[in-house]
Amino acid sequence: MTARYAARRRRNAVAMALSVGATVFGLGWLVLILGVLLWKGFGGLSPAVFTQMTPPPGSSGGLLNPIIGSLILTALAVAIGTPIGILAGTYMAEYGRYGRLTSVVRFINDILLSAPSIVVGLFIYEVMVAPMGHFSGLAGGVALAMLVIPVVVRTTEDMLTLVPNALREAATSIGLPRSLTITRICYRAARAGMVTGVLLAVARISGETAPLLFTSLNNQFWSTNLNAPMASLPVVIFQFALSPYKDWQSLAWTGALIITLTVLALSITARALIPSGRQS
Amino acid sequence: MDPARRRSVVDVALQEEAVVSVEAVTRAKALDRLRLGDAAFRQMTRAAAIGVLLLLSGVMISLIVGSLPALRTFGFSFLTTERWNPVTEKFGALPAIYGTVLTSLIAMLIAVPVGLMIAFFLTELCPPWLRRPIGIAIELLAGVPSIIYGIWGLFIFAPFLQQTLQPFLINTLGDVPLIAPLFAGPPYGIGMLTAGLVLAIMVLPFVTSISRDVFEAVPGVLKEAAYGIGCTTWEVVRHVVLPYARVGVIGGVMLGLGRALGETMAVTFVIGNAHRIYPSLLAPGTTISATIANEFTEAVGDLYTSALIALGLILFVITFIVLAAARYMLMRIERRIG
Repeated sequence: MTARYAARRRRNAVAMALSVGATVFGLGWLVLILGVLLWKGFGGLSPAVFTQMTPPPGSSGGLLNPIIGSLILTALAVAIGTPIGILAGTYMAEYGRYGRLTSVVRFINDILLSAPSIVVGLFIYEVMVAPMGHFSGLAGGVALAMLVIPVVVRTTEDMLTLVPNALREAATSIGLPRSLTITRICYRAARAGMVTGVLLAVARISGETAPLLFTSLNNQFWSTNLNAPMASLPVVIFQFALSPYKDWQSLAWTGALIITLTVLALSITARALIPSGRQS
Repeated sequence: MDPARRRSVVDVALQEEAVVSVEAVTRAKALDRLRLGDAAFRQMTRAAAIGVLLLLSGVMISLIVGSLPALRTFGFSFLTTERWNPVTEKFGALPAIYGTVLTSLIAMLIAVPVGLMIAFFLTELCPPWLRRPIGIAIELLAGVPSIIYGIWGLFIFAPFLQQTLQPFLINTLGDVPLIAPLFAGPPYGIGMLTAGLVLAIMVLPFVTSISRDVFEAVPGVLKEAAYGIGCTTWEVVRHVVLPYARVGVIGGVMLGLGRALGETMAVTFVIGNAHRIYPSLLAPGTTISATIANEFTEAVGDLYTSALIALGLILFVITFIVLAAARYMLMRIERRIG
């Protein structure tokens, strides 16, 4: 009996050690990746990165046009995706909470949430780039918007569902129509959560490369024209990292560092905004 | 309410009545406007919800339309041909499908056990004050954009593997009968195995955070009962928590698999882009998404483009099935909790 007990104790100890080991292993990658990024990217971080255009191979330059391009594309995606996402989420939480349409949309939305982003790029190529006959920043923005929508739909629905019904009843009892109840009361109550959703969406798209490869393409020069190809940070990183030129590679590392820091800052902010009642 | 106002409300209700004050008419107009706005807002939200549905069907339809030329030319053999030659316009999807499945398989083989062990640590062993920081760190790992994994995989991880793990595998497992072909060939650094490992790191946070959520949903009484009859922590996890959470864990694993299958940038950097099927795991290969990312902008001719879109369609269908199954399973466990 004692031998058997000892064996069980031993197995338990081994399992516990393995699980601690697995956690250290998992966190190790985060430390490793961030460490390498800082080490490789920090050296290249200078004012020139933010003030100069992408250079031809062999000369120095910065990342100004891709940074601006990324900002424009992200803003465009948020401007298109957020209203649609919020409206759809509103329908699901407020009007059709228990309806069939809602459960179908929820299911489809969850699939869109993790659908391969390169397929989104193909779709936008088919419906926008091919008919227009040229790559454009607009197409890139729309492609990114397709990734924003599911995130915003999801958080909007979740957050509106959390708004206590007593608030809606109180609003109705003083004669507010449904739409005003939603826009003036529910949105206000769920605001922090909904902002979180948008931030998470921005974090998600700011590093997305695949949908931009054949929508907004790339642009070596300064361009804010939405109807022309537009540079973006991820695509430039892709191009520069795979190039044989040392200058380009080190710029790619710097760009990677900028993106990662932005994304991490966004996700940490988003997390801090989540109302405390939801933290599980 | 004062009598005058009450009367005006009644007037609104019976608008045809003789006494129509200006105030009552404006009230009626305001109410009408509100009613109209209300209906408009409702329809707007409904349209947006339906729009989300149309988005997915739009993707499906456009991919089918785009891939028709290729599918018509090659028919079913598109799925079973290994050749991929843009010059002679002969295209077969088999190497890309093989690479996609193989790299995802390697990723899941590593990420699932490790992810489950981390979830075990977070729910059962971790001191409460450490739980949140570690949980957040794991989720930050999920937030790192895939291109970062790609550039890191290419410049840091692949050379590292080339000098350490790959020679080790070749020298040890390369001589074992049966599995020797899997570890044959020179250590390139980049290749299927490297892509699978990078994917494993990418998928790990998804598996971990969903497993943790599902583990946490196991009723405390069940665990207490098991502890009460003298189970060790590991026995509780192995025989109570895991069976109870099985459906949810499988759902989480499938969700991770969906990510791994569709992942583009991280793989594109380290896969090596060879449209061949080599038996060795160390050899370069390609995946569906890497092929599209590498070749789409350079594709000349309708058939080439269409073949790439057909690849996208295959990828979309595979991930759709995997993700739908994952969501179905997670929904089942959610219903049980709720």
